[in-house]
Amino acid sequence: MKQILTVLLVVGALLSASVQSGETADIDNVNNGGIASLRGITELDATRRADAAKRVARDRNPIDRDYVYQPPLVPHQTRHYEVSLNANKCLSCHSWKYAGEMGATKISVTHFRTREGQVLSDVSPRRYFCLQCHVTQVDASPLIKNNFRRVDSLR
Amino acid sequence: MKLISKFWRKLCKPSKAAVGTALGMGFIGGMLFWGAFNTGMEASNSEAFCASCHAPIVNEIKETIHYSNRSGVRAICSDCHVPHNWTDKIVRKVQASKELFAFAMGNISTEEKFYARRKHLAVREWQRMKGNDSQECRNCHNFEFMDFSEQGQRSIKQHSTALAAGEKTCVDCHKGIAHQLPDMSDVPGWQ
Repeated sequence: MKQILTVLLVVGALLSASVQSGETADIDNVNNGGIASLRGITELDATRRADAAKRVARDRNPIDRDYVYQPPLVPHQTRHYEVSLNANKCLSCHSWKYAGEMGATKISVTHFRTREGQVLSDVSPRRYFCLQCHVTQVDASPLIKNNFRRVDSLR
Repeated sequence: MKLISKFWRKLCKPSKAAVGTALGMGFIGGMLFWGAFNTGMEASNSEAFCASCHAPIVNEIKETIHYSNRSGVRAICSDCHVPHNWTDKIVRKVQASKELFAFAMGNISTEEKFYARRKHLAVREWQRMKGNDSQECRNCHNFEFMDFSEQGQRSIKQHSTALAAGEKTCVDCHKGIAHQLPDMSDVPGWQ
């Protein structure tokens, strides 16, 4: 009995060793095929140095849109603006109730519609998390150089 | 023993030493009492003391500007929640003896109980700060020395109008600046 157990253990150990060596063979293949990504042209197992942290622009006028259905960008800081089950700091200025008084951009009427097109009296839950689409801006150059141009009507 | 009884007899009889000794003992006793009292007050102002009941809050502050910022200045609980002025501080400390009762009853002894009671605690604190014109904010953030040209457009707009006119006080707009918020649906200025 003891002998059988020993044999089983040895065979098991050998098998797992062979499987592991198979895996390492794949990991060795880190060639990126000469294609650059957001990480730059680096081998897959190399990590390039992180960029310096960008600073969020403090407060400026609304930023023009670059394409028709672009969610307007956030031209101010949003640090520690709570958007949770309990509170939504964005709506303290951008809700229809407060936008006029605060001189803020009103949220779009589309935000009151459910997925099925039903119009609600308050912001639809699917539109509640503002920062999912409307993002705070840092003064950064595009990650990938590109030739994007606005359509004529927005230029 | 003999020494003590001799000393006691000396105190009983009017003697030259009596007035001096009584004064000296009173002075030293007073110093010891004041030292102990002050140390007790300081200890009950420490972050560790607050955390012994309000533990979840002490974690929440870590991501806010009053804990982590570019220049490394920070505020601890008592900087905002205990008046700095001596008389106001004593009044607040006496009020806080009620909180010892809450501690004994275990009103916020678990996180669930704490979150359930959070609105009540927050509203009380907002009312206190509105009542004293946000004195604890103003201990550091003095309106007299605010330079609007260094502020953002939104800040200038609010500070140069409502705050300058005294219509609003800091806490009217700056709620939850060092904490997460309770349900704000019925709070003015929130939706």
